[in-house]
Amino acid sequence: MTLHLTTLLAIVGMALATYATRVAGLFLMRHVNVKGRTKAAFDALPPAILMAVIAPTILATGVAETIAAAITAASAFLRLPMIVTVLIGMASVVLLRMII
Amino acid sequence: MTKTAVEFRQGVIDILPVIAAASVIGLLWGTLAASKGLSPLETGLLSASVFAGAAQFVAIELWRDPVPWLFLTMTVFIVNIRHVLMGASLSRHMGNIPSGWRAALLYMMADENWAFSERRALTQPLTMAYYLGLGLPMVATWTITSVVGALAGAWLKDPAAYGFDFAFSALFIGILAGFWKGPKTGAVLAASAVVAAVAKLTIPGAWYIVLGGLAGVLAAVLLHAEEEEARATS
Repeated sequence: MTLHLTTLLAIVGMALATYATRVAGLFLMRHVNVKGRTKAAFDALPPAILMAVIAPTILATGVAETIAAAITAASAFLRLPMIVTVLIGMASVVLLRMII
Repeated sequence: MTKTAVEFRQGVIDILPVIAAASVIGLLWGTLAASKGLSPLETGLLSASVFAGAAQFVAIELWRDPVPWLFLTMTVFIVNIRHVLMGASLSRHMGNIPSGWRAALLYMMADENWAFSERRALTQPLTMAYYLGLGLPMVATWTITSVVGALAGAWLKDPAAYGFDFAFSALFIGILAGFWKGPKTGAVLAASAVVAAVAKLTIPGAWYIVLGGLAGVLAAVLLHAEEEEARATS
Protein backbone atom coordinates (compact mmCIF):
# COMPACT_ATOMS: atom_id res chain seq x y z
CA MET A 1 0.00 0.00 0.00
CA THR A 2 1.86 3.03 -1.22
CA LEU A 3 0.80 6.63 -1.53
CA HIS A 4 3.04 9.04 -3.43
CA LEU A 5 2.91 12.76 -2.74
CA THR A 6 2.46 13.86 -6.37
CA THR A 7 -0.16 11.15 -6.92
CA LEU A 8 -2.02 12.38 -3.84
CA LEU A 9 -1.76 15.94 -5.13
CA ALA A 10 -3.25 14.86 -8.47
CA ILE A 11 -6.08 12.99 -6.73
CA VAL A 12 -6.95 15.96 -4.49
CA GLY A 13 -6.76 18.36 -7.46
CA MET A 14 -9.00 16.19 -9.65
CA ALA A 15 -11.47 15.57 -6.81
CA LEU A 16 -11.78 19.29 -6.01
CA ALA A 17 -12.09 20.24 -9.70
CA THR A 18 -14.82 17.64 -10.17
CA TYR A 19 -16.74 18.63 -7.05
CA ALA A 20 -16.56 22.29 -8.09
CA THR A 21 -18.30 21.43 -11.38
CA ARG A 22 -20.93 19.37 -9.55
CA VAL A 23 -21.88 22.00 -6.99
CA ALA A 24 -21.54 25.11 -9.20
CA GLY A 25 -24.96 24.61 -10.80
CA LEU A 26 -26.69 24.78 -7.42
CA PHE A 27 -25.43 28.33 -6.82
CA LEU A 28 -25.93 29.34 -10.43
CA MET A 29 -29.64 28.54 -10.19
CA ARG A 30 -30.27 30.88 -7.25
CA HIS A 31 -30.15 33.77 -9.69
CA VAL A 32 -32.03 32.25 -12.60
CA ASN A 33 -35.78 32.26 -13.13
CA VAL A 34 -36.64 29.13 -15.09
CA LYS A 35 -39.55 29.54 -17.50
CA GLY A 36 -40.27 29.98 -21.20
CA ARG A 37 -37.16 29.73 -23.32
CA THR A 38 -34.86 29.00 -20.36
CA LYS A 39 -37.08 26.10 -19.38
CA ALA A 40 -37.00 24.73 -22.94
CA ALA A 41 -33.19 24.91 -22.81
CA PHE A 42 -32.97 23.08 -19.49
CA ASP A 43 -35.46 20.42 -20.57
CA ALA A 44 -33.28 19.67 -23.59
CA LEU A 45 -30.11 19.43 -21.52
CA PRO A 46 -30.29 15.83 -20.28
CA PRO A 47 -30.73 14.18 -23.71
CA ALA A 48 -28.33 16.64 -25.37
CA ILE A 49 -25.49 15.88 -22.95
CA LEU A 50 -26.01 12.11 -22.87
CA MET A 51 -25.93 12.09 -26.66
CA ALA A 52 -22.79 14.26 -26.80
CA VAL A 53 -20.92 11.83 -24.52
CA ILE A 54 -21.62 8.81 -26.73
CA ALA A 55 -21.73 10.44 -30.18
CA PRO A 56 -18.03 9.84 -31.01
CA THR A 57 -18.42 6.13 -30.19
CA ILE A 58 -21.64 5.58 -32.12
CA LEU A 59 -20.98 7.86 -35.11
CA ALA A 60 -17.22 8.21 -35.57
CA THR A 61 -15.73 4.85 -34.59
CA GLY A 62 -16.85 2.35 -37.22
CA VAL A 63 -19.78 0.90 -39.12
CA ALA A 64 -20.20 -1.91 -36.56
CA GLU A 65 -20.64 0.57 -33.69
CA THR A 66 -23.10 2.70 -35.67
CA ILE A 67 -25.31 -0.26 -36.64
CA ALA A 68 -25.10 -1.69 -33.09
CA ALA A 69 -26.23 1.69 -31.76
CA ALA A 70 -29.25 1.62 -34.09
CA ILE A 71 -30.14 -1.90 -32.93
CA THR A 72 -29.75 -0.82 -29.29
CA ALA A 73 -32.00 2.21 -29.91
CA ALA A 74 -34.65 -0.04 -31.47
CA SER A 75 -34.57 -2.31 -28.38
CA ALA A 76 -34.84 0.71 -26.11
CA PHE A 77 -37.86 2.02 -28.01
CA LEU A 78 -39.53 -1.41 -27.76
CA ARG A 79 -39.45 -0.76 -24.00
CA LEU A 80 -37.31 -3.81 -23.29
CA PRO A 81 -35.80 -3.83 -19.79
CA MET A 82 -32.64 -1.73 -19.54
CA ILE A 83 -30.30 -4.66 -18.88
CA VAL A 84 -31.69 -6.53 -21.91
CA THR A 85 -31.12 -3.44 -24.05
CA VAL A 86 -27.51 -3.22 -22.87
CA LEU A 87 -26.88 -6.93 -23.51
CA ILE A 88 -28.39 -6.68 -27.00
CA GLY A 89 -26.11 -3.72 -27.68
CA MET A 90 -23.00 -5.59 -26.50
CA ALA A 91 -23.90 -8.76 -28.39
CA SER A 92 -24.62 -6.92 -31.63
CA VAL A 93 -21.36 -4.97 -31.54
CA VAL A 94 -19.37 -8.20 -31.05
CA LEU A 95 -21.20 -9.96 -33.91
CA LEU A 96 -21.00 -6.99 -36.26
CA ARG A 97 -17.26 -6.60 -35.65
CA MET A 98 -16.82 -10.23 -36.70
CA ILE A 99 -18.84 -9.74 -39.90
CA ILE A 100 -17.61 -6.30 -40.97
CA MET B 1 -42.10 -0.40 4.78
CA THR B 2 -41.85 3.33 5.38
CA LYS B 3 -42.11 5.76 2.49
CA THR B 4 -38.39 6.50 2.79
CA ALA B 5 -37.47 2.82 2.53
CA VAL B 6 -39.75 2.37 -0.49
CA GLU B 7 -38.17 5.36 -2.23
CA PHE B 8 -34.63 4.18 -1.43
CA ARG B 9 -35.41 0.68 -2.69
CA GLN B 10 -36.89 2.03 -5.91
CA GLY B 11 -33.66 3.99 -6.47
CA VAL B 12 -31.57 0.85 -5.97
CA ILE B 13 -33.80 -1.15 -8.35
CA ASP B 14 -33.63 1.55 -11.04
CA ILE B 15 -29.84 1.75 -10.86
CA LEU B 16 -29.15 -2.02 -10.86
CA PRO B 17 -28.60 -2.36 -14.64
CA VAL B 18 -26.20 0.59 -14.44
CA ILE B 19 -24.36 -1.11 -11.56
CA ALA B 20 -23.91 -4.24 -13.67
CA ALA B 21 -22.34 -2.27 -16.51
CA ALA B 22 -20.35 0.03 -14.22
CA SER B 23 -18.74 -2.93 -12.38
CA VAL B 24 -17.12 -4.06 -15.60
CA ILE B 25 -16.01 -0.55 -16.49
CA GLY B 26 -14.66 -0.09 -12.93
CA LEU B 27 -12.64 -3.30 -13.19
CA LEU B 28 -11.26 -2.16 -16.51
CA TRP B 29 -10.33 1.26 -15.12
CA GLY B 30 -8.62 -0.27 -12.08
CA THR B 31 -6.59 -2.51 -14.37
CA LEU B 32 -5.45 0.50 -16.41
CA ALA B 33 -4.59 2.44 -13.24
CA ALA B 34 -2.41 -0.42 -11.99
CA SER B 35 -0.62 -0.56 -15.35
CA LYS B 36 0.25 3.15 -14.89
CA GLY B 37 1.79 2.39 -11.48
CA LEU B 38 -1.02 3.43 -9.14
CA SER B 39 -1.27 1.35 -5.97
CA PRO B 40 -4.63 -0.23 -5.00
CA LEU B 41 -4.92 2.35 -2.20
CA GLU B 42 -4.38 5.25 -4.63
CA THR B 43 -6.80 3.69 -7.10
CA GLY B 44 -9.50 3.40 -4.44
CA LEU B 45 -8.95 6.94 -3.12
CA LEU B 46 -9.13 8.33 -6.65
CA SER B 47 -12.31 6.50 -7.62
CA ALA B 48 -14.07 7.35 -4.35
CA SER B 49 -13.15 11.05 -4.37
CA VAL B 50 -13.31 11.90 -8.08
CA PHE B 51 -16.11 9.41 -8.94
CA ALA B 52 -16.35 10.38 -12.61
CA GLY B 53 -15.92 7.56 -15.14
CA ALA B 54 -15.32 9.48 -18.36
CA ALA B 55 -12.89 11.91 -16.68
CA GLN B 56 -11.00 9.08 -14.99
CA PHE B 57 -10.48 7.25 -18.29
CA VAL B 58 -9.14 10.42 -19.90
CA ALA B 59 -6.90 11.10 -16.86
CA ILE B 60 -5.42 7.61 -16.73
CA GLU B 61 -4.58 7.80 -20.41
CA LEU B 62 -2.60 11.01 -19.75
CA TRP B 63 -1.01 9.65 -16.55
CA ARG B 64 2.81 9.48 -16.55
CA ASP B 65 5.82 9.79 -14.29
CA PRO B 66 6.39 12.38 -12.82
CA VAL B 67 2.68 12.89 -12.28
CA PRO B 68 1.51 16.05 -14.13
CA TRP B 69 -0.98 16.87 -11.38
CA LEU B 70 -1.91 20.37 -12.53
CA PHE B 71 -2.43 19.26 -16.13
CA LEU B 72 -4.54 16.30 -14.94
CA THR B 73 -6.62 18.58 -12.71
CA MET B 74 -7.34 20.96 -15.59
CA THR B 75 -8.17 18.17 -18.02
CA VAL B 76 -10.57 16.55 -15.56
CA PHE B 77 -12.19 19.95 -15.02
CA ILE B 78 -12.86 20.32 -18.76
CA VAL B 79 -14.28 16.79 -19.11
CA ASN B 80 -16.57 17.48 -16.15
CA ILE B 81 -17.73 20.99 -17.10
CA ARG B 82 -21.00 19.39 -18.22
CA HIS B 83 -21.72 18.83 -14.50
CA VAL B 84 -22.29 22.59 -14.07
CA LEU B 85 -25.29 22.46 -16.40
CA MET B 86 -26.43 19.08 -15.04
CA GLY B 87 -26.30 20.40 -11.46
CA ALA B 88 -28.15 23.55 -12.47
CA SER B 89 -30.88 21.45 -14.05
CA LEU B 90 -31.08 18.99 -11.15
CA SER B 91 -31.22 21.72 -8.51
CA ARG B 92 -34.63 22.75 -9.94
CA HIS B 93 -35.96 19.42 -8.68
CA MET B 94 -34.32 19.49 -5.23
CA GLY B 95 -37.16 21.38 -3.57
CA ASN B 96 -38.12 18.37 -1.44
CA ILE B 97 -34.56 17.78 -0.24
CA PRO B 98 -33.41 19.66 2.90
CA SER B 99 -31.39 22.66 1.68
CA GLY B 100 -28.44 21.86 3.96
CA TRP B 101 -28.01 18.51 2.21
CA ARG B 102 -28.14 19.61 -1.41
CA ALA B 103 -24.49 20.65 -1.84
CA ALA B 104 -23.25 17.47 -0.14
CA LEU B 105 -25.53 15.22 -2.21
CA LEU B 106 -24.23 16.69 -5.46
CA TYR B 107 -20.87 15.00 -4.78
CA MET B 108 -22.37 11.74 -6.08
CA MET B 109 -24.09 13.20 -9.16
CA ALA B 110 -22.92 11.23 -12.20
CA ASP B 111 -24.42 10.94 -15.69
CA GLU B 112 -26.54 7.87 -14.93
CA ASN B 113 -28.03 8.69 -11.52
CA TRP B 114 -28.56 12.25 -12.69
CA ALA B 115 -30.48 11.00 -15.75
CA PHE B 116 -32.65 8.77 -13.55
CA SER B 117 -33.29 11.66 -11.13
CA GLU B 118 -34.33 13.92 -14.00
CA ARG B 119 -36.60 11.20 -15.33
CA ARG B 120 -38.15 10.67 -11.90
CA ALA B 121 -38.79 14.40 -11.59
CA LEU B 122 -40.88 14.30 -14.78
CA THR B 123 -43.58 12.33 -12.96
CA GLN B 124 -43.11 12.85 -9.20
CA PRO B 125 -41.12 14.88 -6.66
CA LEU B 126 -37.47 13.85 -6.27
CA THR B 127 -36.75 12.65 -2.72
CA MET B 128 -33.44 12.34 -0.90
CA ALA B 129 -34.09 8.63 -0.28
CA TYR B 130 -34.57 7.91 -3.99
CA TYR B 131 -31.49 9.96 -4.89
CA LEU B 132 -29.36 8.10 -2.32
CA GLY B 133 -30.77 4.78 -3.52
CA LEU B 134 -29.41 5.62 -6.95
CA GLY B 135 -26.12 7.17 -5.84
CA LEU B 136 -24.77 5.15 -2.90
CA PRO B 137 -24.64 1.78 -4.74
CA MET B 138 -22.88 3.53 -7.63
CA VAL B 139 -20.17 5.10 -5.45
CA ALA B 140 -19.64 1.80 -3.60
CA THR B 141 -19.52 -0.31 -6.78
CA TRP B 142 -17.25 2.09 -8.64
CA THR B 143 -14.76 2.28 -5.76
CA ILE B 144 -14.72 -1.45 -4.97
CA THR B 145 -14.44 -2.64 -8.58
CA SER B 146 -11.64 -0.11 -9.25
CA VAL B 147 -9.62 -1.54 -6.36
CA VAL B 148 -10.36 -5.14 -7.41
CA GLY B 149 -9.21 -4.25 -10.94
CA ALA B 150 -5.99 -2.74 -9.57
CA LEU B 151 -5.36 -5.86 -7.45
CA ALA B 152 -6.25 -8.34 -10.19
CA GLY B 153 -4.03 -6.65 -12.75
CA ALA B 154 -4.44 -7.45 -16.38
CA TRP B 155 -6.97 -10.31 -16.35
CA LEU B 156 -9.37 -8.32 -18.53
CA LYS B 157 -6.94 -8.15 -21.43
CA ASP B 158 -9.29 -7.34 -24.28
CA PRO B 159 -12.62 -5.88 -23.12
CA ALA B 160 -13.60 -5.16 -26.74
CA ALA B 161 -13.74 -8.90 -27.47
CA TYR B 162 -16.82 -9.16 -25.23
CA GLY B 163 -18.38 -5.87 -26.24
CA PHE B 164 -17.71 -4.35 -22.81
CA ASP B 165 -16.32 -1.22 -24.41
CA PHE B 166 -19.78 -0.68 -25.90
CA ALA B 167 -21.66 -1.25 -22.62
CA PHE B 168 -21.74 2.41 -21.60
CA SER B 169 -22.91 3.61 -25.00
CA ALA B 170 -25.70 1.00 -24.96
CA LEU B 171 -26.67 2.04 -21.44
CA PHE B 172 -26.85 5.70 -22.43
CA ILE B 173 -29.02 4.85 -25.45
CA GLY B 174 -31.38 2.98 -23.11
CA ILE B 175 -31.58 5.96 -20.77
CA LEU B 176 -32.05 8.36 -23.71
CA ALA B 177 -35.19 6.54 -24.87
CA GLY B 178 -36.84 7.65 -21.60
CA PHE B 179 -36.41 11.27 -22.61
CA TRP B 180 -38.12 10.89 -25.99
CA LYS B 181 -41.01 13.34 -26.37
CA GLY B 182 -41.40 13.38 -30.15
CA PRO B 183 -39.70 14.93 -33.20
CA LYS B 184 -38.44 17.88 -31.15
CA THR B 185 -36.32 15.50 -29.07
CA GLY B 186 -35.09 14.02 -32.35
CA ALA B 187 -33.87 17.46 -33.46
CA VAL B 188 -32.09 18.01 -30.13
CA LEU B 189 -30.39 14.60 -30.36
CA ALA B 190 -29.37 15.05 -33.99
CA ALA B 191 -27.82 18.48 -33.36
CA SER B 192 -25.95 17.21 -30.31
CA ALA B 193 -24.73 14.03 -32.01
CA VAL B 194 -23.44 15.69 -35.19
CA VAL B 195 -21.68 18.56 -33.40
CA ALA B 196 -20.14 16.26 -30.77
CA ALA B 197 -18.86 13.77 -33.36
CA VAL B 198 -17.38 16.49 -35.57
CA ALA B 199 -15.85 18.26 -32.55
CA LYS B 200 -14.30 15.00 -31.34
CA LEU B 201 -12.65 14.52 -34.73
CA THR B 202 -11.41 18.11 -35.09
CA ILE B 203 -10.75 19.55 -31.59
CA PRO B 204 -8.27 17.87 -29.22
CA GLY B 205 -9.40 17.11 -25.68
CA ALA B 206 -12.86 16.71 -24.23
CA TRP B 207 -14.59 19.84 -25.53
CA TYR B 208 -16.86 17.73 -27.73
CA ILE B 209 -19.11 16.99 -24.74
CA VAL B 210 -19.62 20.69 -23.98
CA LEU B 211 -20.09 21.67 -27.64
CA GLY B 212 -22.49 18.81 -28.43
CA GLY B 213 -24.58 19.56 -25.33
CA LEU B 214 -24.78 23.25 -26.24
CA ALA B 215 -25.77 22.43 -29.84
CA GLY B 216 -28.66 20.28 -28.58
CA VAL B 217 -29.82 23.02 -26.23
CA LEU B 218 -29.56 25.62 -29.00
CA ALA B 219 -31.76 23.44 -31.23
CA ALA B 220 -34.38 23.27 -28.46
CA VAL B 221 -34.30 27.04 -27.93
CA LEU B 222 -34.68 27.75 -31.67
CA LEU B 223 -37.62 25.35 -31.94
CA HIS B 224 -39.19 26.93 -28.86
CA ALA B 225 -38.91 30.42 -30.39
CA GLU B 226 -40.55 29.17 -33.58
CA GLU B 227 -43.40 27.65 -31.59
CA GLU B 228 -43.97 30.90 -29.69
CA GLU B 229 -44.02 32.86 -32.92
CA ALA B 230 -46.60 30.50 -34.40
CA ARG B 231 -48.72 30.88 -31.26
CA ALA B 232 -48.48 34.67 -31.39
CA THR B 233 -49.63 34.93 -35.00
CA SER B 234 -52.46 32.41 -34.83
